[in-house]
Amino acid sequence: MALLRITSPHTHRGGRRTSWVMQMVILATIPGILVQTWLFGFGTLINILIAALTAIGAEALFLKVRGRPIAFFLKDNSALLTAVLLGIALPPTVPWWLTVTAVAFAIIFAKQVYGGLGNNPFNPAMVGYAIVLVSFPVPMTQWLGHADLISAGSTMSFSDSLSAIFGGLSTVDAYTMATPLDAFKHKGGLMSDEAFASVTALQAASLNSWMWVNLAYLAGGLALIGLRIITWHTPVAMLAGLAVVATFFYILDPSNAATPLFHLTSGAAMFGAFFIATDPVSSCTSNRGKLVYGAGIGILVYVIRTWGGYPDGVAFGVLLMNFAAPLIDYYTQPRAYGHKKPKSGVAIGGDK
Amino acid sequence: MSAATVYNFHGGIHPPENKAQSLRLPLGHPKLPEELILPLGQHIGQASRPLVAVGDKVLKGQTIAINNGFLSSFLHAPTSGTVKVIEERPIAHPSGLADVCIVITPDGADEWQELEPLRDWQKVSKTDLLAFLAEKGIVGMGGAGFPTQVKLQGAQKHNLSHLIINAAECEPYITADDMLMREKSLELILGIEIVQHLANAQQVMIGIEDNKPTAIAALEKVIRERQSNIQLVVVPTKYPSGGEKQLIKLLTDQEVPTGKLPADIGILCQNVGTCVAIYEAVQFGRPLISRFTTLTGDGFGAPQNVEVLLGTPVSHLLSYADANLSQVERIVMGGPMMGFTLDSLSAPIVKTSNCILAATRKELPLPEPEQACIRCGMCEQACPASLLPQQLLWFAKSQEHEKAEHYNLFDCIECGACSYVCPSSIPLVQYYRHTKAAIRDAREAAVKSDIAKQRFEARKARQEAEAAEKEAKRLERQKAAAAKPAAKKAAPTKVTEAPAASSAPVDEETKKLKVDLAIAKAKLKKLDKALQEAQERQAVEEISALQLQVDGATADIKEMEAKLPATAPVAKPKDAAPKVALSDEAKKAKVDVALASTKLKKIEKQLADDPDNAELRDKQSALQQELATAEARFAKLQPEQASSEAKPAAAKPVLSDDHKKAKVDVALASTKLKKVEKQLGEDPDNAELKAKQAEFQAALATAQAELAKFEAHAPVTAKPEAKATAPADDEALRKLKIDTAIAKAALKKAEKALAHAQEIGADNVDTLSQQVDEARGRAEALEQALTKGEVPPPAAAPKAEVNQLAEQIKQQKIAAALAKAQVNKLKKQLAQQPEAEDLQQQLSVAEAKQQEEEAKLEQLTNSQENR
Repeated sequence: MALLRITSPHTHRGGRRTSWVMQMVILATIPGILVQTWLFGFGTLINILIAALTAIGAEALFLKVRGRPIAFFLKDNSALLTAVLLGIALPPTVPWWLTVTAVAFAIIFAKQVYGGLGNNPFNPAMVGYAIVLVSFPVPMTQWLGHADLISAGSTMSFSDSLSAIFGGLSTVDAYTMATPLDAFKHKGGLMSDEAFASVTALQAASLNSWMWVNLAYLAGGLALIGLRIITWHTPVAMLAGLAVVATFFYILDPSNAATPLFHLTSGAAMFGAFFIATDPVSSCTSNRGKLVYGAGIGILVYVIRTWGGYPDGVAFGVLLMNFAAPLIDYYTQPRAYGHKKPKSGVAIGGDK
Repeated sequence: MSAATVYNFHGGIHPPENKAQSLRLPLGHPKLPEELILPLGQHIGQASRPLVAVGDKVLKGQTIAINNGFLSSFLHAPTSGTVKVIEERPIAHPSGLADVCIVITPDGADEWQELEPLRDWQKVSKTDLLAFLAEKGIVGMGGAGFPTQVKLQGAQKHNLSHLIINAAECEPYITADDMLMREKSLELILGIEIVQHLANAQQVMIGIEDNKPTAIAALEKVIRERQSNIQLVVVPTKYPSGGEKQLIKLLTDQEVPTGKLPADIGILCQNVGTCVAIYEAVQFGRPLISRFTTLTGDGFGAPQNVEVLLGTPVSHLLSYADANLSQVERIVMGGPMMGFTLDSLSAPIVKTSNCILAATRKELPLPEPEQACIRCGMCEQACPASLLPQQLLWFAKSQEHEKAEHYNLFDCIECGACSYVCPSSIPLVQYYRHTKAAIRDAREAAVKSDIAKQRFEARKARQEAEAAEKEAKRLERQKAAAAKPAAKKAAPTKVTEAPAASSAPVDEETKKLKVDLAIAKAKLKKLDKALQEAQERQAVEEISALQLQVDGATADIKEMEAKLPATAPVAKPKDAAPKVALSDEAKKAKVDVALASTKLKKIEKQLADDPDNAELRDKQSALQQELATAEARFAKLQPEQASSEAKPAAAKPVLSDDHKKAKVDVALASTKLKKVEKQLGEDPDNAELKAKQAEFQAALATAQAELAKFEAHAPVTAKPEAKATAPADDEALRKLKIDTAIAKAALKKAEKALAHAQEIGADNVDTLSQQVDEARGRAEALEQALTKGEVPPPAAAPKAEVNQLAEQIKQQKIAAALAKAQVNKLKKQLAQQPEAEDLQQQLSVAEAKQQEEEAKLEQLTNSQENR
């Protein structure tokens, strides 16, 4: 009998491994993916598949280059999660090479180059997204419209999706339409109520379809909170930040600004709040920090949507707050047991 | 039972409890093992000191080791038997290192020593009760094994609002406290009453987790029956609610400030096992020799709780509870969250062993390989100290110690909750332990280097000071040598002064070393005190730092002591040589005298050239005074000299020395007298000079008397002193000699006073002469005693001295009063005849006399008070 010498604790919570955490996050995106597929066709699913293959390939390749055990790290599902998130975020009709570029860049440059899982300062999925957004703005802003509003009159079929992604579908224009955010941003001189009355992409059907997508991600996000994989702090702070700023400007100028509800239910608001901003590696770590971090993203999203160059601002909002996360962390330490007030700032020369 | 409010603490986890296994069987009582292994360090603090030797027979309950310092404990034989061996054995310690143990072979009789209970504990003082508990070896049985009397003593200094009895037992698997509460609920409550008697807290609470319904019911019953005001507070099951700080938060909503103790916020925590042990010690006089321990885990065929004798090897318990050793992969002492693995089955049960967990691989699987931290924050949510474990991990890995401290690493209680929940299986606690140790090491190293620096600087300063002093001395000697020739002719002293000067450096060095040693010792004492204080405050950090300093200081002292004997033998023989014994101070006084007299001479010369210069006259009188005081000091130092010279074993030189000194005194006094007379011839009306003349005459008389005495005594005293050298270092004899010297000095003083009184025709001549007779009597008696080599009863001598002193004071008082009366009389006379010059002179003399008497009185009173 050889006795094991090991330090405490001797017991661990079974099952809840990092791979399980990643897996749960992936599973939580399923309602959203389903709604997206139902509304916009199979493009999203095909994107996710391409992204997943690329991610696994890129991860394996670079683990090998870095001399790390490949299977051990691939099993943590983190690359897969990045791929799924990117696949969801990309428009359903983007050419395959664009997806491959985004994912490969995300895995290789945003993650592996920094040292792999846990060491990346920026959200890899959003780095990949931002790269292709600034590099290929045309395919990146081409979203599909609701079946009732587009000239094709129906959701894109599986084969059409495939050929759009791989061959270049000539009739793709029949399916595409600006997203509500895009349409609202480019409403020109119209008052908001005029825009909602006249612009196709701002019709109720279009708005509702995006609301359903957002609600589906909200459901998935709540499930994650229920599983205690994420805490409520970041999503609530981000949505609250967005809503508060939107309300403020709506009250200030109701004729030109959109309602807070419009902001909360369009674009990547919920997806961003529950799946992107909550990436633990690149976000703030203390509960107070998460509140600041989330609120910052919410405000930035509104700023970019309203005054920036892009219709939606989740990716840039998250990336900008990633920059700020370490700083926020220094100033948002929790109050430890036995301390009157929390410590903050960076230790200079030791404080004990 | 009024339901008390239960608060909450941050974090916490709910691991599988696994408590049912060990509660299926009743309490077991294993048989005596073949040997009992009792480590000397079963508690926090210094290891106990063994009182028994190999082969000694011991009885059950007999003290076999006593405490070794403040933070230490007693140890008792758990059964009767023979001390087999005292040696290093593997013990139950996280380090896995061996430690010194007393091994007892039981004789099977289990024969108790006669026990002495302390049933009237309510009547004895709390200090006595605490001391009693210490003697019974009671230590905290919950975890650390902190000596209970120290904890209680510390807590007594505060006004306690809460006494919290920790019955939470939050660790999975362990049920020892649960079983103890079921079996000994009454004893527990009675024990708590004793603790409460000592702590005197406003509120007494028992904090117990709600997973122990049987124990709760049993305690409630006893509390009801006794109509006790102890509050039983049931807290929800959550790990680590049994942590002291967490339980305090749960029950009182107060937090123990970081770096402080619960006592600092008026709270005292005690474990249930400790309370029962206290009761049994007080009621039956039973020392802490056994405890309840849980034997559990899938490795045991019959998991159960046992009442086991301390020192029982784990292997004995494994076989007792049918352990299937082939299945056991890990043996944990303590629970699965905070316990540590044993790697030797021969390790014994100690006072703090609450559980033996023999786990199979299935039960406690190997930890999964560590994955990257994704900062998911689950650890943060679980941390009961509200730390940021994920950040601490980063700082630990990158060895950013300052940041780790800034993120309150030292508030981590190492409960393991973070590691338990970590999805990446990171052994977080291990990282923190390592970092804490690294930080402590760094701090200790910093302290060490600070000490080294201080020592170096002190040494440098000392060397510089020594060099400066030497230089100053050299200059002084030069000056003194230039001033001396005149005095040299008059006094043969100077002949002996020369060898003294030559031997001075060695003597000097020894003395300096001695002084350094004394300083170092004083420093050590101070450090020791600080250390004790730190121990009282239980400031672990500080203790280790101070311990280091103490060690450093001790090493210093040793070094110095080693140096001292090296120089001492060189110095000693010289001490014996006649004149070297002149103490430094005396030498200095002599130099002062010489200096003052030179100065005086110079002034006098100037005065002769310019007799009307008032300033010079003033200076002259000032110098005269200075000279007088210097001489007086020198004279005063002489008797001391005598006493210090009495010490060296060589009798002959000492004697001749005294003799010589007396001669020198005579010579000195006569020179002085001559000088004064000469001055008086120049200035016949100077009252001061006249007074001085009288004084010198008296001194001369005394000195001559002494010389005569010496010449008479010399042959007599020489023999016994020589005899006394044979037994050499007889302490009593030495004391006697000192006493004799003191008595002689007193005699001299009295004689002087008498002479003085006679000189000025004071009225107290009679009393003074009586005093002189008494002093002489005592001196002679002592000398006789010395001659016979007899030692007077040790108690009597100091008493006699005290009496004598009182007598002296009385007489001095009389003398002072008389002098005052005389002054008054003279003043009255002077008032009637203001022109009478001689009256004025008399008055000034009388006033001087009065002052002198009063000064003497004061001195005497002081010396009495100092006694």
